[in-house]
Amino acid sequence: MSITSEQTEHVAKLARLALAPEEIALYTRQLAQILAHMHVLSQVDVNGVEPTLHVIPDLANVTRPDASRPGLGAELAVANAPEQADGYFRVPRMGKEG
Amino acid sequence: MRYEAVIGLEIHVELATASKLFCACRVEFGAPPNANTCPVCLGLPGSLPVLNAKAVEHAVKAALALNCRVAAVSKFDRKNYFYPDLPKGYQISQYDLPVASRGLVEVVVGEVTRRVGIRRVHLEDDAGKLVHEGPAQATVAEAVSSLVDYNRAGVPLIEIVSEADLRSPEEARVFLEEVKTLLQYTAVSECKMEEGSLRVDCNISLRPCGQTTYGTPVELKNLGSFRSAQRALAYEIERQAQLLDEAGRVVRETRHWDEARGVSIALREKEEAQDYRYFPDPDLLPMVFDPGWVERMRAALPELPRQRWRRLVESYGLSPYDAGVITASQALADFYEDTVRAGAGAKAAANWVMGELLRYLNAQGTPAGEFPTTPDHLAELLALVEAGRISGTMAKSVFEEMCRTRQAPSQLVQSKGLEQLGDRTELAPVIEQVLAENPGVAADYRAGKEKALGFLVGQVMRKTQGRAHPRLVNQWLAERLRER
Repeated sequence: MSITSEQTEHVAKLARLALAPEEIALYTRQLAQILAHMHVLSQVDVNGVEPTLHVIPDLANVTRPDASRPGLGAELAVANAPEQADGYFRVPRMGKEG
Repeated sequence: MRYEAVIGLEIHVELATASKLFCACRVEFGAPPNANTCPVCLGLPGSLPVLNAKAVEHAVKAALALNCRVAAVSKFDRKNYFYPDLPKGYQISQYDLPVASRGLVEVVVGEVTRRVGIRRVHLEDDAGKLVHEGPAQATVAEAVSSLVDYNRAGVPLIEIVSEADLRSPEEARVFLEEVKTLLQYTAVSECKMEEGSLRVDCNISLRPCGQTTYGTPVELKNLGSFRSAQRALAYEIERQAQLLDEAGRVVRETRHWDEARGVSIALREKEEAQDYRYFPDPDLLPMVFDPGWVERMRAALPELPRQRWRRLVESYGLSPYDAGVITASQALADFYEDTVRAGAGAKAAANWVMGELLRYLNAQGTPAGEFPTTPDHLAELLALVEAGRISGTMAKSVFEEMCRTRQAPSQLVQSKGLEQLGDRTELAPVIEQVLAENPGVAADYRAGKEKALGFLVGQVMRKTQGRAHPRLVNQWLAERLRER
């Protein structure tokens, strides 16, 4: 399995990680090793094996009735926000990326 | 070159529940910012989601109304992206095992009946709302900072994805109306576009007429109404056709519709699905839909608009057009049928519901589903007209009064003395008076000018404040004029 430095940069950007050039080289190598390791798993014959949807088997449809109850309230909700205004969280403007 | 438009829609619909999809916070439009939030919908560490049973039921009902197949097994996945309105850093959505798929909706546009496939219906949680700070009405780019309200974060949504089966902006609008009506009939959503409980994105590409492969799609966002969706699509067809003619290609991107200026603006390059790095949400268990339960849901569906439309045409003898207007709203169709059940004639009731009632509702801006009068009162009013006790014209003012005061029409007619005058001894003096006052006109009539009679009838009507029975006045006036 190989991975290009462009792919590393791309996933870093998706994860909002700012990487230095030497880090990109380092992580490209490491990611290639991880992918190679995962590749071993893909060699297992899984014909006729149902995909595992959850680690707890045979448990499904766990729901709650549709009843509301009071939440934290605005004051508590924003209490730990670095910046707040009138019950809102205040965040820096979005970049052009949106 | 001549091009064909290929259009597919994504419709996001807020489900009518009391609480959010994965927590018990209240779902409420217009609450103070962040009033309805908790650790789960704020994405605080250590909080765990628990699925709302009602939201699942609504999603399945909507899917059945859209003729979809409900999955045997369905699960939730995380859609990962960063934006301040998404506190968890991911949206809980569904990737490869949606609640339902392969549906079908029929839309009639003019002479064309178009079968529009529904690719899938899936459940997901909504994001919060951003208010941009900065110059008045700042755009994202001009904003200094943004304020975030997470009341909407975690509200249950279904996303309905259509196949790219639509071929014109008008077809797209009619399809949207059809879907909205279906959802309102099944009571899974209020579908209030003005409150954002129904939102639409359009995917549109052009291809030369006759070509079977697809062109490069563009996604249109920020469509505030079905009308603006239609306008935006029409604009986009023009824009893409020009690009194809001049440059031979269209850029795959997301564009923002500016309704005020009537143009679309490039927003960003369209994301690839893999960039969202979907993976199964380990905090949530799968949904397994028992076929017996699904059938019970199907049986519990109300009569849907198409079926009702057909029944109104077949058993009430309404025209397809009239039946379409009446069944576009379930509440209006209920009102209509209740009026007929209360004894009104099917055709007369249809005319009044589509005419006076709709006019009154539109003029007053009455909220959907609320009526200023009752089917019993309307039926009573129509019976008064039928029996000749009031004239058709008078009935219209009685209707207005009935809506304003909520009084029964017979009461209003009596208390205001609006009953039609059809008694000869009462009307004869008025006829004599009119003839005496208009000798010239009477002479014209006698000289063969038949139209003059209309003027004299009008005078009698005026003197009786419109209460005289026009047909009888006509008859008696003519008789009286022939006497000499």
